[in-house]
Amino acid sequence: MSGTYLGMPAFPAAAASSTQDTRLRANLRYATHTIRDKRARAVAELDDWARLRAAGAAVKDRTLRHLDHYLEQLEEAVTAAGGQVHWAADAAEANAIVARLVRETGEREVVKVKSMATQETGLNRALAEAGISAYETDLAELIVQLGDDLPSHILVPAIHRNRGEIRDIFRERMGRWGRPAPEGLSDAPNELAEAARLHLREKFLNAKVGISGANFMVAETGTLVVVESEGNGRMCLTLPETLISVVGIEKVVPTWQDLEIFLQLLPRSSTAERMNPYTSMWTGTADGDGPRTFHLVLLDNGRTDTLADTVGRQALRCIRCSACLNVCPVYERAGGHAYGSAYPGPIGAILTPQLRGTASELDASLPYASSLCGACYEVCPVAIDIPEVLVHLRERVVQGGKVTRRGVKTVLKPAKGHAAERAAMRAAGFAFGHPGVLRAGQRLAGRTRRLHPRRLPGPGRAWSDTRDLPPVPAESFRDWWRRTRGEERGK
Amino acid sequence: MSSRDVVLARVRRALADVPRDEGPEDVPVPRDYLRAHGSRTAEERVALLAENLAEYRALVHHTAADGLTALVTRLLDEHGARSVLVPSGLDPTWLPSSGPTRVDDRAASTTSRLDTVDSVVTGCAVAIAETGTIVLDGSPDQGRRRISLIPDHHICVVRVPDQVVDSVPQALERLDPTRPLTWVSGPSATSDIELDRVEGVHGPRKLEVVLLSE
Ligand code: SF4
Repeated sequence: MSGTYLGMPAFPAAAASSTQDTRLRANLRYATHTIRDKRARAVAELDDWARLRAAGAAVKDRTLRHLDHYLEQLEEAVTAAGGQVHWAADAAEANAIVARLVRETGEREVVKVKSMATQETGLNRALAEAGISAYETDLAELIVQLGDDLPSHILVPAIHRNRGEIRDIFRERMGRWGRPAPEGLSDAPNELAEAARLHLREKFLNAKVGISGANFMVAETGTLVVVESEGNGRMCLTLPETLISVVGIEKVVPTWQDLEIFLQLLPRSSTAERMNPYTSMWTGTADGDGPRTFHLVLLDNGRTDTLADTVGRQALRCIRCSACLNVCPVYERAGGHAYGSAYPGPIGAILTPQLRGTASELDASLPYASSLCGACYEVCPVAIDIPEVLVHLRERVVQGGKVTRRGVKTVLKPAKGHAAERAAMRAAGFAFGHPGVLRAGQRLAGRTRRLHPRRLPGPGRAWSDTRDLPPVPAESFRDWWRRTRGEERGK
Repeated sequence: MSSRDVVLARVRRALADVPRDEGPEDVPVPRDYLRAHGSRTAEERVALLAENLAEYRALVHHTAADGLTALVTRLLDEHGARSVLVPSGLDPTWLPSSGPTRVDDRAASTTSRLDTVDSVVTGCAVAIAETGTIVLDGSPDQGRRRISLIPDHHICVVRVPDQVVDSVPQALERLDPTRPLTWVSGPSATSDIELDRVEGVHGPRKLEVVLLSE
């Protein structure tokens, strides 16, 4: 598995490549528009949506402002309920803890529920290095894993793949990981789902160790919550003897009652459903029902650095619903891979450079991956002012200033001739160098093809290899240029 | 220093802007959102539950107590069930006295054994009308979490109107967080392939909800 975003090209370069991929863009456009429209209807059904949203934001703010208190309370409650709590300051430590816990069970295979936190830490690769096979069990994650690919959307990670590609991946790759795809598999979604069911059932029934994240952790009771659709989550959370959950420290909410807010906000914002098909809640271990051993790994990995920034802190309210991706004109064109982390779209543009810092060219360019149109803020169920944080981060990249890295306060140098500025300039230069791109959008795809780099260097190459074509549509790019340059000049 | 201490110390340093005398309760959380969306009679509540369950492609049936056994018998029969999983506390009269082989919910049963069972019949802890959700809490009439997960056919009996609430907030009030909880809204589903909804990837592909009036 490649399974890593490190070494990815900076946003403008990656975006320039992925915007040339017609299929990717068509898939993305269809997906984002469909979910976006459904979401608006689901939200309109609740006439107290604005109040729920305000309450959700307030609960998260209360939690963040007193995070130490709630984490200690959570630890106590989980422990009292029979769980074991571990703390990980960074990705490497979290991965090492998980690898050790798996090894202590004597097992060499684990089944996984889709989890952003373990994407972020690159857990699968770390486990592979420790001689442990990690099987993704979410259908989309399975497609991504079998295809030796990376997720491109929070909610529908394989949205960049169409049914024909999925069939080919299943036919060619399933056998290497376990039960092969049935003979004569077609590209009908129900057949593909059935193939996944058979392939994975073998894994579920034999799994001794399950690995998950969590959508929420309740400090008061020690309860963990996983929200899903397929039932693979339920399988991983209840069938194995040992369950290891890796969860970001910001996922805690104070009380059981607080779930009433988030269980209304999340499904409607995410899949546009009144409620997702399955939600599992567990508190420590239960006698004779589910795993006998439960480990909770609490992950920092840049979250406390994000917390230290009083403007950027609000990014930690995020409940990973992906609503902001679906309304973002830049995401729609660039695709999830261009953001170079587990977190694509507007939330990725503000979260990743805070979690990782802005030292790399990619991370420094992320705050520029936006037209600042504000649609992301409008839909965000916990009212994260993403444009505000974007502007703040651009300012930080360009002007420098005080930041906290790995818990230590330091001063970031102003980025004269810095990677980000270069990246921003290059992206804008690309647009101005090709006025046809600015004017005409998709129509010119064929003609401008030769002008764009068809392949990315280095690790990006694998996925740019199979992707090509059309250009960045005029408006968002021009808009983007005007705004970003305008701002930089203004300061 | 342990990583626990490292992380907690980082959290505290990061929160230097929070006044020392501010307690968690000092950060206000407005709770002026609704406890339920609309007011309904018991009948209307049950009707809304049925409507929302059906919209999520659960199959909904109505019966009074004297028709329950016959209904469950018919549903098992229509599914062609040769065996049925039975939680320890399920009312034995709900199931046909002859018919599919009963398989008891035992801690010792292997998952492979459970995988050979066709159907499962359970009660539930609470049902939510506004969202079309049933919640299982592992009580004796519902059994372990896995028994409602592995068989392909789940028949869930909801006592109406007693077990039906309007909303998510009302459901949480009734539930005990120390129990393992499974919330189910329609059958297992995925939209991962070009956003086409497909029922039943891993959980039961057929969810039948029996609304049992008392
Ligand atoms: S930032 Fe808001 S809209 Fe975007 S994923 Fe997070 S919670 Fe959802």
